Amino acid sequence: MTALVLLDAEGGSILQTSRSAIAAAARLGEIDALVIGSPDTIEAAAADAARIPGLRKVLTAASDAFAHSLAEPLAALIVSLAPSYDHIVAASTAIGKNALPRAAALLDVQIIPDVMEIVDAETFVRPIFAGNAIVTLRSSDAKKVLTIRTTNFDPAPAEGGSAPIESVAAPAHADTSRFVSEAHSESGRPQLETARIIVSGGRGMQSAEGFKILDPLADKLGAAIGASRVAVDSGFVPNDYQVGQTGKIVAPDLYIACGISGAIQHLAGMKDSKVIVAINKDEDAPIFQVADYGIVGDLFTVVPELEKALG
Amino acid sequence: MKILVPIKRVVDYNVKVRVKMDGSGVDLTGVKMSMNPFDEIAVEEAIRLREKGAATEVVVVSVGVAQAADTLRTAMAMGADRAILVQSEESPEPLAVAKILKALVTRESPDLVILGKQAIDDDMNATGQMLAGLLDWPQATFASKIEKTGDGIEVTREVDGGSETLALALPAVVTADLRLNEPRYASLPNIMKAKKKPLETLQAADLGVDMGRRLTVVSVAEPPGRKAGVKVGSAAELVEKLRNEAKVI
Repeated sequence: MTALVLLDAEGGSILQTSRSAIAAAARLGEIDALVIGSPDTIEAAAADAARIPGLRKVLTAASDAFAHSLAEPLAALIVSLAPSYDHIVAASTAIGKNALPRAAALLDVQIIPDVMEIVDAETFVRPIFAGNAIVTLRSSDAKKVLTIRTTNFDPAPAEGGSAPIESVAAPAHADTSRFVSEAHSESGRPQLETARIIVSGGRGMQSAEGFKILDPLADKLGAAIGASRVAVDSGFVPNDYQVGQTGKIVAPDLYIACGISGAIQHLAGMKDSKVIVAINKDEDAPIFQVADYGIVGDLFTVVPELEKALG
Repeated sequence: MKILVPIKRVVDYNVKVRVKMDGSGVDLTGVKMSMNPFDEIAVEEAIRLREKGAATEVVVVSVGVAQAADTLRTAMAMGADRAILVQSEESPEPLAVAKILKALVTRESPDLVILGKQAIDDDMNATGQMLAGLLDWPQATFASKIEKTGDGIEVTREVDGGSETLALALPAVVTADLRLNEPRYASLPNIMKAKKKPLETLQAADLGVDMGRRLTVVSVAEPPGRKAGVKVGSAAELVEKLRNEAKVI
């Protein structure tokens, strides 16, 4: 069996999430990697991909249409390469989640997103209901199209391989979408989905002003800042801070929940974190039932103390 | 501009689902059902586009069991003009739903399809992209802003590390993310009015779509549980534990 793994590159290097997708695909058989990009960035990214051990070859498709990984040309490219592969795989990142379902539909295949475990070539485990249930699915499609929940797979090494690089042609596609601009988040903090540490606030933060007490702690830990739905609905912080079933699903090494009671909808978004810390003045708050470490106390005292204790 | 908004009836986001004892699925008996929250955002956006004069008609559609008619009534109470229910089994797969929607698009000729980025039951995050692929239309997923331009739309979408803006020619498919808007509540008079709005019911078979499943459920299990840990007395003790016991800082 042979898998095609779509890799994401940034600034000429392959992202760690893509190396996790390779680690997952390694259980399926031989692997060809696919690197896309504009003609001026593709070489560095392809060279970086070729250094990942265990690849049969690295395919590159260079085109200005790929500069921003638009779904339409990317799905068309995947479809053009698909006849040689049994599995088509990508990390569950914004690019994979955008393009792979489109490619799957064109191949008349039901995509299997967010794979946590590969049982065999046709059987896969994935979360449903925001991780409140785990389903094992068997696909009857001739070809399988998967995205990989990268937190479940240790990334393949970045160095040690020397796979041959081969360029492939980008198929023609209708020019109906066009990249206009991009904006990177201004906080200077890591993104919630990929952060190693998250400091999160809930109703207990009391106000937008109160919420700012988390900034120094997050700065010291190099952490992203998250929030519960109540904190967002109360206007303490913008919507994109929200962790939970209807917000972002996260699984950092360390999640520090401050003034968060632990509603189901919030727990659904963070209970896969490796270590959970809860700071809450209500000792009966449900968050303590999932927390590895808890402090019962006023967060307006505990949070600054914690920041100081970190030295 | 005519807008088609596909919506799904799902377990309410506040319900803690339970896995059936025999591991065959999730127990939905007597569980509160609601409109998928991301679809609610899609309905709201379509109504706002109509209120701004950028759209002329908002048609909501649901593919599912007969009770999905209630969900369609809710969307009409929010302001959608009419509804189509395509009856099928509970929670069909995204590929089958996309094929049904493609058939409806051929019949209704909308200029824009807006739907939630994913349903909070199967968390597939696929129907919009699959529909766009089948139609060969451009797509913008995870939208946080939609603006009508001269002959198309500009969509700002949430990507890893920030946002990007795409210009799409119409017709197009857009999937709604959390930041797009805050959906309105339906007022009582509007709920009453919605009862009189047209709701057409079709059978999936009428549209000539094979609803057969490609994925067989082998088993459904509870996620590995977390045990409550320990309470610590001070910030200093917590830092010590995180450094030396958990080794995460």
